[in-house]
Amino acid sequence: MTSTLRQVGIDIQDAEENRPLVDAIRADNPELTIRHLPGLLKLQAAGRIVVNRETVEAQLGREWDTGEFQLAIVSYAGNFSEWDDDQIIVSWEH
Amino acid sequence: MTQAKPRAKKLPLKERYALLTRDLDWEPSYVEREKLFPYTSYEGIKIHDWDGWQDPFRLTVDAYYKYQAEKDKRLYAVLDGFAQSQGHLGLADASYLNAIKLFIQGVTPLEYAAHRHFAYLARYLEGPAPRFAALCQSIDELRHCQTQIHTISNYNKYYGGFHSWSKMHDRVWYLSVPKSLFDDAMSAGPFEFLISISFSFEYLLTNLLFVPFMSGASFNGDMPTMSFGFSAQSDESRHMTLGLEAIKFLLEQDEGNVPIIQAWIDKWFWRAYRMSALVAAMMDYMLPKPVMSWKEAFELYFEDQMLGGLFPDLEYYGIRPPRHVEDAIAEKDHLSHQVYKILHNFSFAAAFTTQTPGVEHSAWLSEQYPGTFDELYKPVWDKHARTEAAGGRIFFQGLPQLCQVCQIPMVFTEPDDPTSTSFRTSSFRSETFHTCSDGCKWIFDREPEKFVQAWLPVHQIYQGNCGGPSVPEVLDWYGIQEGDNGEYKGSPDQRSWAEWHSGAPKQGS
Repeated sequence: MTSTLRQVGIDIQDAEENRPLVDAIRADNPELTIRHLPGLLKLQAAGRIVVNRETVEAQLGREWDTGEFQLAIVSYAGNFSEWDDDQIIVSWEH
Repeated sequence: MTQAKPRAKKLPLKERYALLTRDLDWEPSYVEREKLFPYTSYEGIKIHDWDGWQDPFRLTVDAYYKYQAEKDKRLYAVLDGFAQSQGHLGLADASYLNAIKLFIQGVTPLEYAAHRHFAYLARYLEGPAPRFAALCQSIDELRHCQTQIHTISNYNKYYGGFHSWSKMHDRVWYLSVPKSLFDDAMSAGPFEFLISISFSFEYLLTNLLFVPFMSGASFNGDMPTMSFGFSAQSDESRHMTLGLEAIKFLLEQDEGNVPIIQAWIDKWFWRAYRMSALVAAMMDYMLPKPVMSWKEAFELYFEDQMLGGLFPDLEYYGIRPPRHVEDAIAEKDHLSHQVYKILHNFSFAAAFTTQTPGVEHSAWLSEQYPGTFDELYKPVWDKHARTEAAGGRIFFQGLPQLCQVCQIPMVFTEPDDPTSTSFRTSSFRSETFHTCSDGCKWIFDREPEKFVQAWLPVHQIYQGNCGGPSVPEVLDWYGIQEGDNGEYKGSPDQRSWAEWHSGAPKQGS
């Protein structure tokens, strides 16, 4: 499956409260590249980006619902192939 | 680092979502299903199982209001801070606001139109999951419209061009471009609307249509616009998901849906792309501090992410990249220059001002467009600059011919020859209709009965429907006041700006 190598991306609002979230995503996705654009951070990786609740909570030092991800995201490229209580995954499906 | 406390017990997300959407639905007992949902069969789309639609966000009504309230709280804190601290003084330049005038006149009314139409989908789609997603989006769009009005009203206190945007949207020539696109979508069936607005507009081109305004706002000191923009964009990613879910759902339901969807993608890619020409002009010419050229944004957001990422995914269902996409790619070095030239030539009849790019701005454009700007477009701007140095200002006298489909003046050039204008014609009921490109001609020829009804601003003026035969009468009917329009240099906006920023601090002087 060569298709998994296509880039997916998540754009996150560049804000103080989103920094622990971005740190958590960076920790769980070693291949991640981050580009700074005015007001936002463009996160990209080949194949998929995963957001783990536990990693985010460890960075934040508080409980975090995956639903709160909605407050941070500006745009994305890919597909939400998983969004449950513990994990969000953006990937291309085919 | 503190350890998170044990989590409060609650139902898993998937279960909660199922209970609060599908489980709240019921089978009609005393009304026939066809009478309850009369609009979901005539477009030829076949749906065998509405429960195949899943919202990946698994959004429930309680979570929806909780997060939306939080978003509004954050936004209104920024708006208050801005108003209280005379935030308008911190803009890069007053000319920046021309981009925001274009936004409130062109985009904000679309938010309201989207609010109305998603409310209709929330009633008439047959599945409970898409109905609920449409309901959330309908409320989102109303929030966007309201927050944009609140945010931008701060500038209306100090600057021209912000006062009659709603009336202008219905009447002014360049605003018929976005208005007619949405009218086209709203007068289509519910499934075509999903492909037009949810998929093509919100997924395929959202990053080119909306994000540039927000990044431009951020880079030019307009904190409130940036804040509402990102607040709206956080909803937008949910709308993108609805668009993607819609297309996959429709493609998976029946093989017969594939060619119907493909034709809608072909049509709506080009419709939305043509409208984005206004955004291209804004990005390259209307920001005192440009963020990213149209060309670079097109390559990053459209060619890389959509053609490189999305379309290989859709190929699985038998969907190919949109028809005429190669023309859009061929145009990326020309689009913004050709469109801004029109806005510049006709801004005496616009509710914003324009100006010839200065030396630094021209240098930036040369750098961004090494293959085309110096050769094709800079000589024209240099001529404007010479005329202006001698005290003149060129405005085009007369009215331009408009494309019957996109309603943009016929300014575009042939994809393979930037020195000849692209004109296409079609005959229908023994009349000739003009279009600006193969893309618009294809759209016209597919639905001539629809597009012959277009409300073309130039034709309407000639028919005597726009206040009268003279320019002042038309401007009056448009709601444009003296000083809203024309040249930026020497405009009331520029004079006010200079006055507020001139002089040494009083203290110690």
